[in-house]
Amino acid sequence: MHTIVCIKQVLDPEIPPAKFKIDPEGKKVIPPPGVPPVISVFDERAVEAACRLKDKHKGKITVISMGPGKVADVIKHAIAMGADDGFVLQDPAFENLDSFGTAYVLGKAIQKIGGYDLVLCGRYSADWNNGQVGSILAEILGISVVTSACDIEAVDKKLRVKRILKDGYEVLEAPMPSLITVSGEIGLPRLPAGMRLMIASKKQIPVWKAQDIGAEPSALDKANAHLEVTGLSVPARKTECEFVTGNTPGEAADNLALKLVKLM
Amino acid sequence: MANHKGVLVCGEIADGKLAPITIELLGVGRKLADELTEELCILLMGGKTGGLDKEAIAYGADQVYVAEDSLLDGYNSDAYTQVTANLCQEVLPSIMLLGHTDVGCDLAPRLNARLGGGLAMDCMGLSIDPATKVLVSTRPIFGGNAYATVLSKLARPQMATLRQKTVPPAERNDARQGQVIPVENKIDPSGLKVKVIDRIKEEVEGVKLEDAEVVVAGGRGIGSAQNFEMIRELARVLGGSVGATRPPCDEGWTPVMVQIGQSGKVVSPKLYIAVALSGAMSHIVGCLGSKVIVAINKDPEANIFSVAHLGIVADFKEVLPALTSKFKELLPTQK
Ligand SMILES: Cc1cc2nc3c(=O)[nH]c(=O)nc-3n(C[C@H](O)[C@H](O)[C@H](O)COP(=O)(O)OP(=O)(O)OC[C@H]3O[C@@H](n4cnc5c(N)ncnc54)[C@H](O)[C@@H]3O)c2cc1C
Ligand SMILES: Nc1ncnc2c1ncn2[C@@H]1O[C@H](COP(=O)(O)O)[C@@H](O)[C@H]1O
Repeated sequence: MHTIVCIKQVLDPEIPPAKFKIDPEGKKVIPPPGVPPVISVFDERAVEAACRLKDKHKGKITVISMGPGKVADVIKHAIAMGADDGFVLQDPAFENLDSFGTAYVLGKAIQKIGGYDLVLCGRYSADWNNGQVGSILAEILGISVVTSACDIEAVDKKLRVKRILKDGYEVLEAPMPSLITVSGEIGLPRLPAGMRLMIASKKQIPVWKAQDIGAEPSALDKANAHLEVTGLSVPARKTECEFVTGNTPGEAADNLALKLVKLM
Repeated sequence: MANHKGVLVCGEIADGKLAPITIELLGVGRKLADELTEELCILLMGGKTGGLDKEAIAYGADQVYVAEDSLLDGYNSDAYTQVTANLCQEVLPSIMLLGHTDVGCDLAPRLNARLGGGLAMDCMGLSIDPATKVLVSTRPIFGGNAYATVLSKLARPQMATLRQKTVPPAERNDARQGQVIPVENKIDPSGLKVKVIDRIKEEVEGVKLEDAEVVVAGGRGIGSAQNFEMIRELARVLGGSVGATRPPCDEGWTPVMVQIGQSGKVVSPKLYIAVALSGAMSHIVGCLGSKVIVAINKDPEANIFSVAHLGIVADFKEVLPALTSKFKELLPTQK
């Protein structure tokens, strides 16, 4: 079984809200100094899902990541978790693409890699929270799509997928190949350790540019963007928190209960 | 692009009624359509949609497209995508609105992929730019740490999924007139590739989270499944529900169904007690609608105190038992 996982490198979403800064003119988020970017949460869980399938059925995992700078780092992270190969998609023409442009580039790379049974994406990315690339990519590749999976099994050349719902889940059966977007409920990702870290650090990660994957300039032209960002702001919050105290934490708790009972 | 006109709402039916989000969409859709002096349409899909067409008109729709087919009984991604995409290609709406629900989160991007429009997910505000008549959508990014406004200059339809309970529901007026149009398009079964095998409801003990008047939520700082019992006990005494941040769900201290936040549930109780959780925006967005937020955290710098109304800075293990027993004393009617 060959699984291709699309992973994105993002600004660490766990930075404290107070450190979160934007450039409203440039419509960009300013990474705080010294905070290294990370693999997007659901993408890491997608790698975990791929690893679980490989644990069971053998086969191969390929990861791809499009982005500027050191995106090879997230690929190495995925390899340390259990992926076999990875490709970086990097070209000035790939910068600031919308969901359609991103899916186009990923699609070209996947078509070049070929021979896959399953493509995994995150349910949505941890930075811009768009939640669309997976569905567009499936349409481009002409394969079925299941979104927000919390469990994936391969049974008799078919995929059995649980899709998380607000009040439960549904069980779906999808053909191979399909594209599945992975949700957080699939569970915690494994921690890279030992030999795998060694393998990952030594791995050569090829970089593919637009011409390497046959990406047409017209498809990457920002003038054709489907969606444009016209403004960015940070919400102002100014709740005054009243701290309830007492001689001991227990006494503070009593005082809190007395206040709350009046409100109830 | 000039051929694209009107606002089309993709309706959802829940328990034989129009889902609350659909009535909210009709409300905001009506405003947008009026500003454009164009029409508001809605698509209703289901095995049977009996009588809901009239409801949709009463809530503001000028036209109701009704697609009835046994294959549409319950959400089926392939079937719903097919029917909706076909209708959009025929009706050519300028704006297409869906709920940011289990259905909308799946259907909207698939539909957009097929139609090549411009889609903004999880919107909290929708308006028409007076000069260009383009739809302007406001949506949280980075889990709510920032808001982006986005628009689509060229691509049509302009699509958006709307977060639940961010706009008031449409007002009902049974005197309104409208047109009901059956959708004749037959579903092509060869296009149904993914089979729905089963749909399982997971019941969580106690009051339904979304309806609870009191929610007691625990975070990573609770430390163990056993300690989480203290959260449950307090919730019981207050007649409320248990909630959690992501880590307790990941660790299996609580069922995943009780996760609150951007990738979990959105609650708006009268009282939200946040215990040993730091207040990451992607959690906070799930409880900001609460009337009173109380935080218990040992770190005075925790972000939760920037949204809480009342707080105690201390170890929860020293606070919760006292708090629970004081409530037991003050609320004698509750068990
Ligand atoms: C795309 C994306 C989606 C996400 N969706 C969600 C979501 O839907 N819901 C969600 O909750 N999170 C979500 N997250 C994760 C979120 O960003 C945070 O990581 C998470 O909410 C942190 O949980 P926490 O506050 O419990 O843990 P932490 O941030 O680790 O905070 C633990 C807190 O407990 C306090 N503490 C520790 N011990 C004690 C003690 N003994 N007494 C009192 N206080 C104590 C500490 O001071 C600390 O403030 C998402 C993240 C991403 C990137
Ligand atoms: N630049 C990228 N490189 C690789 N995968 C990506 C990239 N952008 C998005 N994806 C994939 O698409 C998913 C959804 O992204 P989005 O639609 O932007 O929220 C992510 O979780 C990734 O799996």
